[in-house]
Amino acid sequence: MNKLNVSLSPHVHSGNSIQRCMLDVIIALVPALLLSFYFFGIGALVVTATSVASCVLFEFLITRFILKQPASICDMSAVLTGLLLAFNVPSNLPVWIIIIGALVAIGIGKMAFGGLGQNIFNPALTGRIFLLIAYPVQMTTWPVSGEMGYVDVETGATPLSLFARYMAGDVAALQEMPDMLDMFVGMIGGSMGEVSAIALLIGFAYMLIRKTITWHIPVSIFASAFIMALICYNFDVHFAVMQLLSGGLMLGAIFMATDYVTSPMNNKGCLIYGACIGALTIIIRRFGAYPEGMSFAIFVMNAFVPLINKYVKPTRFGVVKK
Amino acid sequence: MNLILIALIVLGVIGAVGSLVLFAVAKKFYVYEDPRVGQVEEVLPGANCGGCGFPGCHGMADACVKASSLDGLLCPVGGAETMAKIAGILGMEAAASEPKLAVVRCSGDHCARPKVSNYDGAKSCAVAAATFGGETGCVFGCLGFGDCTRACQFDAIHINPETGLPVVDEDKCVACGACAKACPKIVIEIRRKNNAKTPQPKRVWVQCINKDKGGVARKACANACIGCGKCEKTCKFGAIKVENNLAWIDSEKCKACGMCVAECPTGAIHATEPVMVVVEKLKAKKEAEKKAAAEAAAAAKAAAQSEAAAPKAEPVAAKAAPKAE
Amino acid sequence: MKTFKLGGVHPAANKLSDKAPIEVAEVPALVAIPMAQNLGAPSKAIVAKGDKVKVGTVIGEPGGFLSSYVHSSVSGTVDKVDIVEDATGRRVQAVFIKVEGDEWEESIDRSKDIVREIKLEKQEIIDKVKAMGIVGMGGATFPTQVKLAPPPTAKPECVIINAVECEPYLTSDHSLMLAHPEEICIGVQILEKAIGVKKAYIGIEANKPDAIELMTETAKKGFPEIEIVPLKLKYPQGGEKQLINAVIGKEVPSGGLPIATGALVQNVGTAFAVYEAIQKNKPLIERIVTVTGKSIKKPSNFLARLGVPIRQLIDAAGGVPEDTGKIISGGPMMGKAMPDTNSYMVKGCSGILVMKNEESRRKAAGPCIKCGKCVHACPMGLQPNFLSRYSELGMLAEAEEERIYDCIECGSCQFSCPANRPLLDWIRQGKPKVMGILRARAAEAKAKAEAARAAEEAARKARELEAEHEEHHSKTEETHADVNAHLLKHSGPMPEDKK
Repeated sequence: MNKLNVSLSPHVHSGNSIQRCMLDVIIALVPALLLSFYFFGIGALVVTATSVASCVLFEFLITRFILKQPASICDMSAVLTGLLLAFNVPSNLPVWIIIIGALVAIGIGKMAFGGLGQNIFNPALTGRIFLLIAYPVQMTTWPVSGEMGYVDVETGATPLSLFARYMAGDVAALQEMPDMLDMFVGMIGGSMGEVSAIALLIGFAYMLIRKTITWHIPVSIFASAFIMALICYNFDVHFAVMQLLSGGLMLGAIFMATDYVTSPMNNKGCLIYGACIGALTIIIRRFGAYPEGMSFAIFVMNAFVPLINKYVKPTRFGVVKK
Repeated sequence: MNLILIALIVLGVIGAVGSLVLFAVAKKFYVYEDPRVGQVEEVLPGANCGGCGFPGCHGMADACVKASSLDGLLCPVGGAETMAKIAGILGMEAAASEPKLAVVRCSGDHCARPKVSNYDGAKSCAVAAATFGGETGCVFGCLGFGDCTRACQFDAIHINPETGLPVVDEDKCVACGACAKACPKIVIEIRRKNNAKTPQPKRVWVQCINKDKGGVARKACANACIGCGKCEKTCKFGAIKVENNLAWIDSEKCKACGMCVAECPTGAIHATEPVMVVVEKLKAKKEAEKKAAAEAAAAAKAAAQSEAAAPKAEPVAAKAAPKAE
Repeated sequence: MKTFKLGGVHPAANKLSDKAPIEVAEVPALVAIPMAQNLGAPSKAIVAKGDKVKVGTVIGEPGGFLSSYVHSSVSGTVDKVDIVEDATGRRVQAVFIKVEGDEWEESIDRSKDIVREIKLEKQEIIDKVKAMGIVGMGGATFPTQVKLAPPPTAKPECVIINAVECEPYLTSDHSLMLAHPEEICIGVQILEKAIGVKKAYIGIEANKPDAIELMTETAKKGFPEIEIVPLKLKYPQGGEKQLINAVIGKEVPSGGLPIATGALVQNVGTAFAVYEAIQKNKPLIERIVTVTGKSIKKPSNFLARLGVPIRQLIDAAGGVPEDTGKIISGGPMMGKAMPDTNSYMVKGCSGILVMKNEESRRKAAGPCIKCGKCVHACPMGLQPNFLSRYSELGMLAEAEEERIYDCIECGSCQFSCPANRPLLDWIRQGKPKVMGILRARAAEAKAKAEAARAAEEAARKARELEAEHEEHHSKTEETHADVNAHLLKHSGPMPEDKK
């Protein structure tokens, strides 16, 4: 007989692992990824490949040579960061800008805080926001859907920029607005992975079935964004639905805001966090200088997560509220 | 020009008002603290290790200033030197202090104490101690997961990967007692560093805390103290006590003569290098004596055999022979 | 179907032995009956080497209030009273008995007849339960007589029988229900009578449809007040607080006794033991134990005498397989890993689980990714990741604020942690420390309140004396003093009440 292993209970484990969780999110991103290949062709492919490869490479280099720790790339979190970064940029973004974005995402957004689990802000979002501020022109000229090339593609307005123009008094902008079905499927301009609501929702359903995430954050974001949009846009239901389908709201609500590390840990906290993100997004869209507010809203709320974790406690068993 | 002037005036006024407020607040909420506390704290090492028994160096400084004499107050890190400085600041006599040291009282290395099970929980002695008796047959000894090394602020205790036991770095150890507190098995004891007035520290200790009966202890660990009591009988200074099958040497009474070390049948009593030199001599002497005794016995036996059968001498010879080895 | 409201996980049930009938385990030549078989103080051995004992002879007396009797499970001669290692390698006193024949105490009714009529009165039942050494058979081994005598402030309303068996692998309760449904129901009635209630529920998880059906039928036939409650599969449904919540929807208040909800929870095995003790005069000398595991040749349910070597039971189920990595006393979620197989059967041992090496090894722990899965899994609504971290770093005040004392150590958090962090290992470090602080604080408050009360008493006495001496005092003033004293007297215990 072998020497027996001794430890405290429990002696069995669900078999879940960090790697498995990350893989599930990546699988959930696949429909949107395929659709973006379909809509943006070679450009999407180049952007995704560059982003993923450079994120993994930077993580490896930093753990190997700066932190001198065992490599952590096997947990797939760098792959996921790379994918999400790619999803959040236009498909004609030059390769060197993507590499800078990946360096910021992994180097500053994640490893500077101590690696996986320690970061305050979503790494992909950190990279994206850095690029948006550093290279605003490249980051806001989106190719129109159906442009299959990578360089010198036809670019066009996104629903959100049309919205902004309309709200600024340009009535003609409303004529250029795509119809609801196009927006749902993704036949619109925008960042690589954010255009197709249906593909993102399929991913959401997959993650719910796999219990990778709970419904609380996405649903509360949708709800609060919808209500806020009604308030901000004169109670026009059509407009409010358009707001939900346009820009990075779907992508942000389902994949960015639900990042484990940077979201609250209990359901109540998640609802508060989601509601604040939804409301903030619409406020930034309506009143801010940028047409899109999802990234900033999540970024701001990321900073509040430790506070939410401290003050919002889960429902306790056997404790009656006074 | 005008703009600069306005800016200067505005800033100046804000600054003036702010300083007034700060002044008022500082006056209102002023707390008197003996200035000597600051001075004493300056002298202390600032490691905040808590070895003195106070919460950090500030607490120690406060206690020193408030105390009427420095008796019983000791910064184990700074030692006598620091205490003398403090005494100088406060105009008091420094209490004489004996340098101390953390001593690991377990010698159950991998060879002496084979593993019988395999711990698979959180890598911490505290958790392992809560789980079961330990990976080996000995339920008293060192668990080897290094809670002491993590508790040490001075990088003075490390696990030796070959033996699996912690080793104290004599030069770095300040006897703050953090490791002894962290050890769930109470393997580590703070003892006098030197039991004789020699330049090189002389000290003797029992490197085992197994309280099992001799046979059980021996079965679990080859280096165990079996509580035979030979050391207790040997000690001329009454420094050794055997209780619950375990010998313990009082480091206040011990003179580091090394007699007990030479006497111990299992090698459970350890000593520092200078003592070991003496011990070697003692052992050699004892061996010679035994050899002589054995020879004498053999001679007697031979003599007896030549005369007639002498059954009494035989067992003596049989016993003496393996011991002389 | 009902279940408890917060958290919970779904470990693979692996009830390998649920079709195995109960087999009587062989009585070995030598048994060692440990004296620490119950929660609380260990029992004191009252026999010595050479004493003759029969099956059912008392060999150990309670060592305190929270303790119980121990009886000999075999007949023969006491060989020695010595120290043995229990399942977790801790040293306990045990009585070794050399088996000679199988002679039972005459008072024990060994017939197979079922005795329906409950002759004993309330207090007699409790006394007999104590005399027969009954403890909680679910694994916690809480002395049953203590549980049957709740504090006078409690108002019992019903008995809840825990037949959930939510631990994976274990089937001892399941096989017991299939074999002795009527005896269990009579046992439940005895428990009802002992605490003076007329309602009982038996909670059974839905993965035992045959037991649910059989028990429902039996209850219909003559036990109208017993209701069988099928429960949705979820771990840790067998936890006392979770079971009460699942069956009657009430929550045991934090820090309070379960009886505060009006429910007295007893394990189904305890109900059966109570039946045998009260109706058949049979002390607790044997129990059903599941010997199981994926690599075990013949997963079985044994009726084994206390003190039988664990090794013998595993051998009876086909021996210890070659690739064994862990042997657990109890189930995989809350059982205790044994460092060796040299321990002996005790009252709380509901199962022996043999795990293969690769399934028993924990995977290396990764960093906490704050996914919140432990929070979702916690049936007590705690945040295990914080509790674990606070315990590890010795931040006891924070751990107290996070209610570490509410933890029931079910292991759901660690089970679901994707980073394989040893959450419960650490929580178990912090919990007793915080409990100690709480107890010390309560004791201090109590002492303070008592001192205050004593001071008031003295003041009141002094005032009375004064009043007696100065007889010319007007009546109104006297009443005034009385009222004051009255007020003071009643403000005395207030701080304690507020707690």
